[in-house]
Amino acid sequence: MSGAAGIQRQRRARLTRRLRFLGLCAMLVLALCALILSLGQSFTPPATVLRVLGGEAVPGAGFTVLQLRLPRAVVGALAGLSFGMGGAAFQTLLRNPLASPDIIGISAGASAAAVFAITVLGLAGLPVAVVAVTAGLGIALLIYLLSWRQGVAGARLILVGIGLSGMMQSLTAYMLSQAESWTLQAAMRWMTGSLNGVQLEQALPLLAALAICGGVLLIAAPALEVMRMGDETAAGLGVRTGAVRAAVVVAAVGLVAVATAMVGPVAFVAFLSGPIAARMTGRDGSLLLPAALVGAVLVLTADYAGQFWLPARYPVGIVTGVLGAPYLLFLIIRSNRTGGGL
Amino acid sequence: MSVESLSIRALAAGYGGARILKGIDLEIAPGQITAIVGANACGKSTLLRAMSRLLTPESGEVLLDGTSVHATAPRALARRLGLLPQAPQAPEAITVLDLVSRGRHPHQGIFGGWSAQDEAAVAEALELTGTDALAEREVAALSGGQRQRVWIAMALAQQTEVLLLDEPTTYLDVNHQVEVLDLLTDLNRRRGTTIVMVLHELNLAARYADRLVAMRAGEIHAEGAPGEVLTETMLRAVFDLEARVMDDPVSGRPLMIPLGRHGLRANEREEARR
Repeated sequence: MSGAAGIQRQRRARLTRRLRFLGLCAMLVLALCALILSLGQSFTPPATVLRVLGGEAVPGAGFTVLQLRLPRAVVGALAGLSFGMGGAAFQTLLRNPLASPDIIGISAGASAAAVFAITVLGLAGLPVAVVAVTAGLGIALLIYLLSWRQGVAGARLILVGIGLSGMMQSLTAYMLSQAESWTLQAAMRWMTGSLNGVQLEQALPLLAALAICGGVLLIAAPALEVMRMGDETAAGLGVRTGAVRAAVVVAAVGLVAVATAMVGPVAFVAFLSGPIAARMTGRDGSLLLPAALVGAVLVLTADYAGQFWLPARYPVGIVTGVLGAPYLLFLIIRSNRTGGGL
Repeated sequence: MSVESLSIRALAAGYGGARILKGIDLEIAPGQITAIVGANACGKSTLLRAMSRLLTPESGEVLLDGTSVHATAPRALARRLGLLPQAPQAPEAITVLDLVSRGRHPHQGIFGGWSAQDEAAVAEALELTGTDALAEREVAALSGGQRQRVWIAMALAQQTEVLLLDEPTTYLDVNHQVEVLDLLTDLNRRRGTTIVMVLHELNLAARYADRLVAMRAGEIHAEGAPGEVLTETMLRAVFDLEARVMDDPVSGRPLMIPLGRHGLRANEREEARR
């Protein structure tokens, strides 16, 4: 039975590759957090950082580490996990890398709703996240209804989504311009995403969303993988395709919308994480967990680069935008060349 | 392996108000190969879809060992009844091993967990279909015949007692059509799997099936052994086709030869004119 031995070898090789990638990403996230905590405008020795995190009052370092750096690292990592997983869930479900929530208007809708909640309704904190999630679900439903014509075809759904995304972005810009008091910093957050001025309390809604929505997605992951073979084959394998689709959409929108309500629609993180994870781990298993970790690495790296590696300080969304735009162009050019619609 | 019975009772079904199946009664012979034939749009595929859970009937029922298929939980049903749709799509960049392994989905718990039993089922499916040498290849890179064998391997890994296939030979060259039907027959003989398939090619259906079901306009026109069903009268009624039926010199099963208007011998032309 050389066949069985070959199968074992293949399975083991694949599992090793996957675990190695997950481990590498997790270590990278931790390393980035350590970097962010100790090296900013000034250098804080790692030993001091640990003492501060341990609850010791260290004059000078305490404020910098706990108030400025820690929220940035924690909220950035959690938002990255959310964007990465939510994006990969959409891309897998709709079998198209362009069908990512930040391309088809779900992030933009959540952002517009957050701005509305803050500037018009005067809300703050958790209620903003609730409004953003509701708007994200509303946009998802609207895309679905507008692109429905005896079934939902990929290209139509994506074009409708891009259109809605544009509308939502102009709505955000309009509301910001009408707001009584708004700063460039706030505008930057709601237009492109930014970690400037984040608070540690903002990690709580993100943690809750990751626990609930992320949990749902990870439970649905095997069924979602089977659905990549088409609805009929999946149904033949015992998958309740309608229920899985609804659960995945709601959970993915929840993740992306909560993250957007906290840090703004950080450009292209949801869009890039899945394809990067697929390139690194292969396309045989579920991408949700690898993509989540890639998302965290992307956000933390881009935010750090935007703060310290570039001539001026840029918000994270500007940096990820610069990274994502070429890939978007590449996908569009490739799909034109292969004649495969979008 | 126990042999499950599959009965269809007064089944009516359709899409969005258009009724395609108009009261079907049919007993599927357990442990045998049944081929459903008929002209395009006669409801063959619809019948197959209603026999699995893909389509909910308007009335009537499909009973697997006495219990309604549509009242059975999808996962439990998928452990007993498999379905291979017409022209299934392989996900991007997936290997043969992984595709076949997905046949184990209904046997796994919520948190996955790959057992030795799963591994054995996959290895057996690969071996039976002769795709073990292809295990590490990407499905997209295979020929049409190989790819269909891989899909059948996935359905085999599911280890169901009943297997429904919607036109398993479409888009295949004739040699691969024969290969696939031989493979399904092996499976039926070795494991006693009940096979129900929609087939376009009448002569191959008569050759490989134990039972033929001929459908016309959403109803069953004839059902029985190939020799009873594949007749000149049936071809006229179901396909509106003038044809000669004779004994296949290779198998002894009925062989259908359409008359058409051209290419006939002189004596046949005389006869066709009368």
